[in-house]
Amino acid sequence: MVAFAIAVVAAGVGCKKKVVDPFPASGAVAGWEKTSDTRVFAAKDLWQYIDGDAEQYLQAGVVSTSTSDYKYQGQLEALVDVYTMGDVAGARKILESGKTNDGKSVQVGDAGIAYAQSVTFRKGPYLVRIVAYEDTPGAQQALMALAHGVEAKL
Amino acid sequence: MKSRREFLKEAATGAVLLGSSAAAEKLARAGMLDTHAAQNTARKPKVVIARDAALHGAGAHPDEQRVLNLLDKAMAAYTGREKPVEAWKSVVPASVLAGKVIGLKVNGLGGRGISTHAALTLAIAERLQQAGVRAGNILVWERDARSLEACGMSVNTDPSRVRCYGNDVGGYEAEQSSWGTVNVRLAKILTRECAMVINLPILKDHDQAGLTFSMKNMYGVVERPDQLHANHCNPSVADLNAIATVREKVWFTVGDAISSVYDGGPGFRPERLWYPNALVVGEDRVAVDHTAWQLMERKRAEAGMPTLEAAGRAPQYIATAADAAHRLGTCDPQRIRLVEV
Repeated sequence: MVAFAIAVVAAGVGCKKKVVDPFPASGAVAGWEKTSDTRVFAAKDLWQYIDGDAEQYLQAGVVSTSTSDYKYQGQLEALVDVYTMGDVAGARKILESGKTNDGKSVQVGDAGIAYAQSVTFRKGPYLVRIVAYEDTPGAQQALMALAHGVEAKL
Repeated sequence: MKSRREFLKEAATGAVLLGSSAAAEKLARAGMLDTHAAQNTARKPKVVIARDAALHGAGAHPDEQRVLNLLDKAMAAYTGREKPVEAWKSVVPASVLAGKVIGLKVNGLGGRGISTHAALTLAIAERLQQAGVRAGNILVWERDARSLEACGMSVNTDPSRVRCYGNDVGGYEAEQSSWGTVNVRLAKILTRECAMVINLPILKDHDQAGLTFSMKNMYGVVERPDQLHANHCNPSVADLNAIATVREKVWFTVGDAISSVYDGGPGFRPERLWYPNALVVGEDRVAVDHTAWQLMERKRAEAGMPTLEAAGRAPQYIATAADAAHRLGTCDPQRIRLVEV
C-alpha cells in the first residue's frame, strides 16, 4: 500500500535498519519549499507511481520509493524521488543505465549526473532523482543546492 | 438494438467521409457499400499528422488557442469537413451525440511533465459541446485523481459541467474480461458509463513496450496494468485492445504529440524531452501507433540514438495487433493513407 505523509525511509543496511527522512523541510535549503506530503511506495506497489518504469527498479532490487514535490522561490516546481535500493550495486546500476553523453558528472553523493533540468545521484543504497518541470535560468544551480540538501539527510 | 433506419442515419452522418475501416464496415453492414468496396476502403485507413511549429511559442506550455486551431486543422484533414462542428458530427455517431456519455481517456502516468495536455482535452470537450454533446455527458478520465492532476485536470462529478474523475472513483468490474493472454478487470467508466471513448494518449518512449501511444493507453482501463508488462508488453497490448468492450468503444484516437520523450520513458525525462508540436488522428489504432513509431524513430535517429529494435525494445505488439488473430488494424505503410498538414 501507499503510505502518505510518512517522511521516513527505512533501508536494510547490514544487520541494522537505518531510518532516514531524506526530504529537507521548507527553508532548510535556501529558496526551496516542500510543497506536498511525502508519498512512500513499497516495491510491489511502485507501478502505481511510475507505471512501466517500475520494472528497471525492481530488477535492480528496489526496496521502497519515496517522493515529494518542491518549489523554488515560489516559481520553479520540482520533484524529488528517493529510491531505496537493496544495496549499493542496485543504486549504481540505475545511475549507470541512465547516463548519457550529454550528462555532466557532478560531485554529490558517491556519484552524480546533472542535466539542465535534472540531477540524479547515488549515495550508498539510495538513488535520488530531482527533476524540474521547466528550464529556467539558474534551474540547475538551484537543483544542485537541493540535491546537496537531500544528500546531507541520507 | 438499433433499427436499420437508425443505423443508416448514423452511417450516413458519421462515416461517409472518413474512409476508415470502422466507417466502411458500418456502411457495409447497413447495405450502403458492397463488401468489396468496404474492403477496399478498409484496406486504406487514414492517419492525419497535424503540426504547428509555433505551438509552444516561447513558453513551456502550448498556446491554448493554437492547440484548438491545430485540433480543427487535424479534424478537417481527417474528415474533409472544414467546419469543426461538422467534422465532429461526422465522427461521433448521432445516437451518441444525442445523449450518451463520451469518455476522453487521457494519460497522466508520466507525471506533470509528460501527460496529455489540458489544452487538448479542453479543446475537444469544447468542440463536442458545440456539436451538441451535453457538458455532463463528457467524462475526462484516467486511472486516478493524481494522474488527472498530472494532465492539468481537477476531479469534478457535477453533471452540469464536463465531468472528470478516475477509476479510483468509478471502480472496476468484479468479473474479469479475457482475450488471449489477458485476464483483467475493466474500469466501470468504460464498461458502464461511456458509449464511446476518444483516446487521448501522449507519445512516449517506453522502457518496456518500446513505445506508448494509442493502444498502450488502454493499460489505464484495467485494475492491474503492472501484470501486463512481460515480454515487452507483447501480446498483452494487442490482447487487451482485442477485448470486445475496448475494441468497440475505443475507436477514435486524437493522439497528443505536442511534447514527447524519445528515450528514458515512460516517465518525465526533461533531458530527453522533444516537441513534435503535433497531433496524430485516426480510427485505426494500429496504423496510428505505427505512424507514431515512425515519428519516434526519426527523432531518435536525429539524436544519434539506436532504433528501438537495436535498443532491444521494438514495439512488436503493433504487428501482433495487426495479425490475423487480432485484426485490430494495419501496420503496413503501403496500406495507410498518411496525410500530413
